[in-house]
Amino acid sequence: MVNLKINGIDVSVEAGTTILQAAEKLKIKIPVLCYHKDLCIAGNCRVCVVEVVGSRKLVAACATPVSEGLEIHTNSLMVRNARKDIIELLLSEHNADCTKCYRNGNCELQDLAAEYKITNQDFLDLAHGAYTIDDLSPSIIKDDSRCIRCQRCVRTCTEMQSVGALSVANKGSEMKISTFFDRPIREVVCTNCGQCVIHCPTGALIEKTYIERVWDAIADPNKHVVVQTAPAVRIGLGEELELDAGERVTGKMVSALKRLGFDSVLDTDFTADLTIMEEGTELLHRLKANLVEGDHSEPLPMTTSCSPGWVKFFEHTFPEMLDNMSTCKSPQQMFGSLAKTYYAKKIDVDPENIVSVSVMPCTAKKFEADRPEMRDSGYKDVDYVLTTRELAVMIMQAGIQFADLPEEKYDSIMGKSSGAAVIFGATGGVMEAALRTAYELVTGREVPFENLNIEPVRGLDGVREATVKIEDVLPDWKFLEGAELKCCVAHGLANARNVMEKVKNGEVEYHFIEIMACPGGCLGGGGQPIPTNDEIRQKRMKAIYDEDMSLAIRKSHENPEIVQIYKEFLGEPLGKQSHKLLHTEYFERQRY
Amino acid sequence: MGKHMLKRIDLIFKNEHDTDAILQKIFKRSNEDLINDLIGSGLKGRGGAGFPTGLKWKLTSEAEGDEKYVICNADEGEPGTFKDREILSQVPHKVLTGMAACGRIIGAKKGFIYLRGEYNFLKPNLQKEIDNFHKILKSLKSDFRIEIFSGSGAYICGEESSLMESMEGRRGEPRNKPPFPTEIGYLGKPTVINNVETLAHAWTIFKYGPKKFRDLGVQDSRGSKLFSVSGDTPVAGIYELELGMSLQDFVDDFGDGDTKAVQVGGAAGFCVPRKKFRETAIGYQGKLTGISLPTGGSMMLFNSSRSMYNVLKNYLEFFEEESCGQCTPCRVGCQQLLEGVEAVKRGDKPHHYLDKLMRLTETMKLTAKCGLGQSVANSFSSIVENFREEMIY
Repeated sequence: MVNLKINGIDVSVEAGTTILQAAEKLKIKIPVLCYHKDLCIAGNCRVCVVEVVGSRKLVAACATPVSEGLEIHTNSLMVRNARKDIIELLLSEHNADCTKCYRNGNCELQDLAAEYKITNQDFLDLAHGAYTIDDLSPSIIKDDSRCIRCQRCVRTCTEMQSVGALSVANKGSEMKISTFFDRPIREVVCTNCGQCVIHCPTGALIEKTYIERVWDAIADPNKHVVVQTAPAVRIGLGEELELDAGERVTGKMVSALKRLGFDSVLDTDFTADLTIMEEGTELLHRLKANLVEGDHSEPLPMTTSCSPGWVKFFEHTFPEMLDNMSTCKSPQQMFGSLAKTYYAKKIDVDPENIVSVSVMPCTAKKFEADRPEMRDSGYKDVDYVLTTRELAVMIMQAGIQFADLPEEKYDSIMGKSSGAAVIFGATGGVMEAALRTAYELVTGREVPFENLNIEPVRGLDGVREATVKIEDVLPDWKFLEGAELKCCVAHGLANARNVMEKVKNGEVEYHFIEIMACPGGCLGGGGQPIPTNDEIRQKRMKAIYDEDMSLAIRKSHENPEIVQIYKEFLGEPLGKQSHKLLHTEYFERQRY
Repeated sequence: MGKHMLKRIDLIFKNEHDTDAILQKIFKRSNEDLINDLIGSGLKGRGGAGFPTGLKWKLTSEAEGDEKYVICNADEGEPGTFKDREILSQVPHKVLTGMAACGRIIGAKKGFIYLRGEYNFLKPNLQKEIDNFHKILKSLKSDFRIEIFSGSGAYICGEESSLMESMEGRRGEPRNKPPFPTEIGYLGKPTVINNVETLAHAWTIFKYGPKKFRDLGVQDSRGSKLFSVSGDTPVAGIYELELGMSLQDFVDDFGDGDTKAVQVGGAAGFCVPRKKFRETAIGYQGKLTGISLPTGGSMMLFNSSRSMYNVLKNYLEFFEEESCGQCTPCRVGCQQLLEGVEAVKRGDKPHHYLDKLMRLTETMKLTAKCGLGQSVANSFSSIVENFREEMIY
């Protein structure tokens, strides 16, 4: 242990602890900007500088490890003056027109300016307006005038996601965060995952918002506006509306959506269950083709395809392996194509007049909805995608006191779901849901895990593996008798890349791989509340599994609306109708 | 005070070519002996920061690492310095010998010369020297090898951690310290990184013993140093002088009779006005009375025909462009200083805005991430302090 003094208070911490962490232990807050718990230490904003007695310079608390006998002051005059100067400097090159900023009210720089009462701006204004705004992507807007060059986005994009769409260009006063040859975001390897957005301290990287268009649709009497909500929205939304992280707000959210004026409030969880039917069947089909029939046209391992950030990453990075990806559309897009076919027919509305809105914990979903192949209903399957944050904004704009809302239920058809669908929102959830159904389909018995909880695939470890032994199978599945189904779960694109490289090089053998672009899965998605970090991810994850346990139906194939849709409309999984509406294809994309 | 008369030295460029014999001598001695000689000599880093060289080698030799590296910093980018270029042109074997000695002591098999991009014209000759040197090493059964690495032209890459980032194929940006390169350097391995001149001095020390070097200079500033003399001087060039000289003595020898200021240490250094020539000594901060200025060796003289406003503006324009842009105080601070003096000169900001900027220089010195960032405001504070009226009128 290392002993030191912070502001006169003794503290003893483990060697290797930073000054920032030691101060945290004493409940002393040191302001930070470039620091983020998810990311490696940069030490470049210098807002966290503190005084170390005996040192000529101030040191960055985030980047400096403690040493024995240190005496530290976090609020001495020297520190205060320097910190104030640094905040003023940041403001001087920042477009501080806060009232016109999307992040107004949730900006770390704004908070600091307020805390330090920066009321006068003595320094010259360097934000001359020569900055560019890139709003060509359907998902993400990059506004350089709001950028404080903390490089959180760069570290996120490079280290956490191994995408490298964003990097630092130029030096000195010209230094900025840029893309390959300064191309617009939509033209580079960006996966639209939005992790840069939830890691940006200011309004430099934000989602492209479709709030106004959704309001317009709601106000149009000729339109039937249907909304679907993704699994992870119900466990994140509360955070944006003054509730604690990890609070489940499914009923309140449904209630709020109805009050906003949506004509029908339905659930992406329904199509998550449908995904399991299709994807589970596809997996069994591939197993049979590859292991029994020697047909490798649809090879193993099969990877999941629900995460549009992952899908685009895959198209850029592993174009030679496109056939390994499940052809299933994501639940959002399955919902979209059914909304304007099955659902339209059921409620007898011209699909032309249906506006299909989705609320997603995701920015990549905006891109996904825009993909030209996502028009199998004959219309744009999903018209507008909102993030969890955008929904919260609409609820606030409507003057709804969210915390006091009564709980309401989803409308039906395409509103019922199982616990297996809910856990799609957590990394490992698709795998678990698929196993619950596939195992039962093959053996006629429930998965051999207590309460159906397949613990080995849960948690926040970057890559997790599980092997499920299949025994005493039903007659139709004899070829799987005694087989060991090898599964792998990875989240965060850096982990995804590692796993897929190993698959490509033949270093590992899996049958089924679940990959989510965002750390934690959708619960940590790029459209989720800011901030997001591991502590918060854990809370959201607990909420997801609690929600699963609270539901009567825990397996996708037992969802009565699923049974009904196959009976009335789809026929059978992987059937003709399914192929038309629920499956898709992938395309090679350039690496730059 | 300048009690010492200016003493010209001829060690570095002395025509000596007994590399073979020196290396044999070095390789015969124990590492401990060699380090003690280096520490005993009082040699400090000649790039400008002045870290004791012997201690640096000792720390690296003690650091744990399956591999270690020696890097010669030849990214001579400070405006007004051009001595390393001459060393590498005229006596490269001395530098190579210093590197090999260091490699032997710390346990490195590989050395790199990080050569400034603009010095690529030195490469063919330097490579020839390296090839010859490798032959000598081979004959002495040493497997130490040296490679040239070409820089790409960023000023910041003269800062040691940025230099290593750049060598590793990344953007040249300073790292957080600690850890220092002696522990975690190039490719994460313990690394000695020394200025060209420092390594050349090692030759002298190992050849003649530490005393010859230590007898030169004063107190904490031992030995001799190369100075790149430029500006308003009739005798511009490179000179080896004893450390600890008074600036007055220097100006008496090198000035044109009308010197109003000397910029010591290049754009990142300090400007000393005429009235402070006597009390200013050139050497590392130690027990010297009066002001002591460490320097990488750039000495720019300005006579009364020069506008110090223009001089300052020129430096600030340089930094505004050459700051790596990573940390706030350096990136934004440099822009504020530059645009600030311009605004005062134009009359858009009142005179006392200079005081605000002077306080800003304090913040920049206290909070910038790297050694360069901490020194970019030196020219501003020393010029504005001494030539305030020139900034205004």
